[in-house]
Amino acid sequence: MSFSWAKHYEPKSDLTKWLDQRLPLPRLVYGAIGGGYPVPRNLNYFWNFGVLAGVALVMQIVTGIIMAMHYAPNALVAFDSTEHIMRDVNWGWMLRYAHANGASFFFIVVYIHIFRGLYFSSYKAPREMIWLLGLVIFLLMMATAFMGYVLPWGQMSFWGAKVITGLFGAIPLVGEPIQTWLLGGFAPDNAALNRFFSLHYLLPFVTAGVIILHIWALHIPGSSNPTGVEVKSESDTVPFHPYYTAKDGFGLGVFLILFCSVLFFAPNFLGHADNYIPANPLSTPAHIVPEWYFWPFYAILRAFTFDFFIVPAKLLGVLAMFASILLLFFLPWLDRSPVRSGNYRPLFKIFFGILVADVLLLGYLGGAPAEEPYVMLSQLGSAYYFAHFLIILPIISKIEKPKPLPYSITESVLGKDSSGMAGGPVLQPAE
Amino acid sequence: MIRIGAFLVGLFFSGWLIVSFGVGAVAYVSEPPQETAEHAFHLEPKKLSLASDGPMGKFDRQQLQRGFQVYKEVCSACHSMRLVSFRNLAELGYTEDEVKAIAANWPAQTPSIDPATGEATTRKPLPADYIPSPHANETAARAANNNALPPDLSLITKARHGGAPYVYSLLTGYQEPPAELAKRFPDAMPGPGLNYNPYFANLNIAMANPLGSDGIVTYSDGTNATTDQMAKDVSAFLVWTAEPTLEKRHQTGWAVLIFLIIATGLGYMAYRNVWAGVKH
Repeated sequence: MSFSWAKHYEPKSDLTKWLDQRLPLPRLVYGAIGGGYPVPRNLNYFWNFGVLAGVALVMQIVTGIIMAMHYAPNALVAFDSTEHIMRDVNWGWMLRYAHANGASFFFIVVYIHIFRGLYFSSYKAPREMIWLLGLVIFLLMMATAFMGYVLPWGQMSFWGAKVITGLFGAIPLVGEPIQTWLLGGFAPDNAALNRFFSLHYLLPFVTAGVIILHIWALHIPGSSNPTGVEVKSESDTVPFHPYYTAKDGFGLGVFLILFCSVLFFAPNFLGHADNYIPANPLSTPAHIVPEWYFWPFYAILRAFTFDFFIVPAKLLGVLAMFASILLLFFLPWLDRSPVRSGNYRPLFKIFFGILVADVLLLGYLGGAPAEEPYVMLSQLGSAYYFAHFLIILPIISKIEKPKPLPYSITESVLGKDSSGMAGGPVLQPAE
Repeated sequence: MIRIGAFLVGLFFSGWLIVSFGVGAVAYVSEPPQETAEHAFHLEPKKLSLASDGPMGKFDRQQLQRGFQVYKEVCSACHSMRLVSFRNLAELGYTEDEVKAIAANWPAQTPSIDPATGEATTRKPLPADYIPSPHANETAARAANNNALPPDLSLITKARHGGAPYVYSLLTGYQEPPAELAKRFPDAMPGPGLNYNPYFANLNIAMANPLGSDGIVTYSDGTNATTDQMAKDVSAFLVWTAEPTLEKRHQTGWAVLIFLIIATGLGYMAYRNVWAGVKH
């Protein structure tokens, strides 16, 4: 793993020597996030978000496990047990607000992490596997968040569950049996609530497992960096500890300040008022919307309003919504530019800017009511989304003339690199 | 191969979306959507300033007690408060004896079981009981209210967009339907048993004006019980019922934030210190 100049763990005390021969756990940690992991010296603050996502997951697991001690996954009492947590459990209000807003901040962090990867092409060889595993984590997160939102059994919980499982009902022939099978009934009820609770508890640990693979895959080629030029020599890197532990510590502080400001002073800002009304299968809310982090995909789902010959519009919307995420799995093979960093890709940079604005617009439209002009704007926004990844990106990666790259990370930082000469031997990561 | 496939998929989705957009745009221009009565007459909530607003907000207990009095003497005839128990009222500044008296004199009774016969019966509420509902069940509530169901008020300021200002606006928003409404949208005029209120989503609310005239309650602290004052007080009270822990949340928040700002400042200095010799 990693580079030949990576420091090796040296146990100092008798206890650590004893442990190292039997279970070299400290060695593993040292090599993963300690001094044994050389990292490019030029990472900017966008590289903080991986660690922040890990912290967010841990916070969710801790608050979630404690809340599960007080919550009852039964359709008769789920809503009241949630309010019991808010009112009667010591610090229960803090746990629940931390968990609900923690989900939102987890997604904020992960979206920034993903867009970092898109701008700096972190998905390109040799890091495809990191990207693919990251997308698996993203899908697991979405499933977990969706099922978690059902648990308080409020109006949006119930109707959100109904709408989202209804998506499977759009599949021809087998759709409705699948929907009934997923829900354990014809509509969301106790069976659905119980299995959602069970899976909501399970999936974070599956996610944690995939994160271990994600980090393992990262440690083979090492971290990417804002120049996109691979590490060539020791002067390009610094050990993770103390350099990036210090930087991540500061980043974590800023993250927690923002998170706690929302948690303590605007805890319901990111939520929906209707979820404080107990679930009622007989009363449909005026506007059914999922949580904000699903809005861009919800906008794509609702953008399809016309049948395509025999394919109904609803099925098209469902296919497009899944395609909008699945297409990201093909990204490493769609973007052919040999240059990674968007900083050296003038044409790509413009379209990337449009993509960011487009996804923000889709996010706004997904939360808006399903009426004009929002639907028309969703159609334009969704059209650009697909065109960007599937048409524009492959073309610009072929016709674009990138700016000249620095020889090495050291040169980009210091203006010169005394360790290597252009065309000299390039150190490959030792695996 | 992947790129050709991707190109075709992209062309299909984007192309069909552009076609859909075109068809929709033509329809939008040729037949612009008609304005609805809600769109034309619905009003956003009025401004309401409460002591509990903002990050420094604290409850005004005198006001909460007045609001509780309005709930007890007016709202509780139809609206339940099932998540609040009498013992919680001690947080409004009532003594233990006062809470006991409030519970014992509550107009509705708590469902119970007759210890002698095992049959269903009712008894006087105790401080440990939740505030009993004025109706035995939803059917009874609808039967007593012209088939409209008065919502439970425990969480109402969190369960409605606009929160407390919405509740305040609704309570003070009853008025005669404007003549223009009758002219442009005769169908949107309030039907029998409905009342015009521009702050309500569909303009017609089943609840009759509950605080229609001044002096419906007599405040023990001498405050003049105008409709506006009663609406403000009960809105403040309903902020408390929806989140009794609000004050603790604000206090904790400041302690946490001050700690975090100091810790992050130290973290920044540590970061600069560690990186001092390294250009990056």
